[in-house]
Amino acid sequence: MHFWNHPWPWYIAGPLLGLTVPLLLLIGNKPFGASAIFRHLCAIVIQKKEWKYFKYDWSKESWNFYFIGGIVLGGAIAATLIPNLGELKLHPYLVDLYHGLGINDFSQGVPKQIFNMEGLRNVEGIVFVLAGGFMVGFGSRYAGGDNSGHMILGVARLNKPSIITTACFFVGGYIGAHYIVPFILKVV
Amino acid sequence: MKIRTINRRMGKSESDIEIRSLSRSFSLPDDPHPWSTALMYVLVGVLVGIVMVKGQIISWLKVQEMFMLKSMQLPLTFGSAILVAFISIVIIQQRKIKTLEGKDIYFPRYKVTKGNYIGGVIAGVGWSLTGGGPAALFAMSGTGAVVMGVALLMAMVGTWMFGAVRDSLP
Repeated sequence: MHFWNHPWPWYIAGPLLGLTVPLLLLIGNKPFGASAIFRHLCAIVIQKKEWKYFKYDWSKESWNFYFIGGIVLGGAIAATLIPNLGELKLHPYLVDLYHGLGINDFSQGVPKQIFNMEGLRNVEGIVFVLAGGFMVGFGSRYAGGDNSGHMILGVARLNKPSIITTACFFVGGYIGAHYIVPFILKVV
Repeated sequence: MKIRTINRRMGKSESDIEIRSLSRSFSLPDDPHPWSTALMYVLVGVLVGIVMVKGQIISWLKVQEMFMLKSMQLPLTFGSAILVAFISIVIIQQRKIKTLEGKDIYFPRYKVTKGNYIGGVIAGVGWSLTGGGPAALFAMSGTGAVVMGVALLMAMVGTWMFGAVRDSLP
C-alpha cells in the first residue's frame, strides 16, 4: 500500500508522463498539450468577427475535450482512491522561508490558507489565483503552447520554438518564485 | 482546401503547436471520433491526471522548490518525461509507425516568434503563482480544488484577451 498512498518518485512519474506523447500520437497523431482547450472554449463562446484568432472550426479538435476531461477525471480518481498521505517533504530553506511569511500548513502540498474560495478576496488570492491564472492562459496562448505542449512534446521533438519557450517558462518561474511570491506574502 | 482558407483568414502565420487542424501541412482529421477512440483519449487524460497528482506536479510548494533551485524532483520528472517522449518519437519515426487508423505520424514545422519569448515568460510567472500549467490546473480542479476552477476561468479570460489584442502584439 505504500506505493499507492505516497507520492511517486520522479523515475516513475516522469516516464509515465512522457508516455502520454507516443500514446496520443499512436491513437490519432495528436499533440500533447492542455492550453489549446482555452482557445476552443473561447471559439465556442465568442462570436465577434474581428477577432480572427477564434474563427476556426473547433469541432475538428473534439479529441481535445475528451483528453482534458480525462485529466480532470484522473485528478479526481487519484485524490479519492490513491491520495498522497503523510507530511510533504520540503527543503528546509523553503520551510523556513514560508514559515517566516506566515504559511504554516504544508500538509496538502498547497497552502490551503491562500488557495481557497474565501481567499479570493485577499491580495494573495487575487495575485496567485486570478492574476496567475490569467497569465497562464494569456502567456501560453501567446507562446503557442503550454508546459505539456512545448516543454514535454516540443522539446522531445527538438522543435526550436518549444526549446526557446521552455527556457522562458523557467525564466518567468524563477522571477515569480524568487521575487513576486515572497513579495506578495510579505506585504500582505 | 478548407484549412488553407482558414489559415489565410487568420492573418498571422500559425504558431499554435497544439492545434493540428490549423497547420498548413495537415490533412483533415477524422472527427467526430468513434466512441472507442474517444474513450482512449479519455484514458490517456486519466493517466496524465493521476501522474500529476502522484508525481506532485500539482503541488504549489514543490513547484516553488523547483524554481528556487532547491530540489531536483520536478526537473528530473520533466527531464525523464522528455527523454521517454524523445525515444518514442525516434522509434516512431525510424520504424515509420502509423496511427491505429493507419495514418502517418508527423509534425508540422513552426517558426520562432516573439510570442515564444514574451508569452513564455508570462506563462512562466503564471506557473509559479498558481503552481501549475494548464494541465496541472485541470488535474487540481479534478482533485476538488474549486478555487483552481476559478484559475482556469481566468486562463480563459487571458486567452480571450490575447485573441482580442493579438494583432497589435509584437
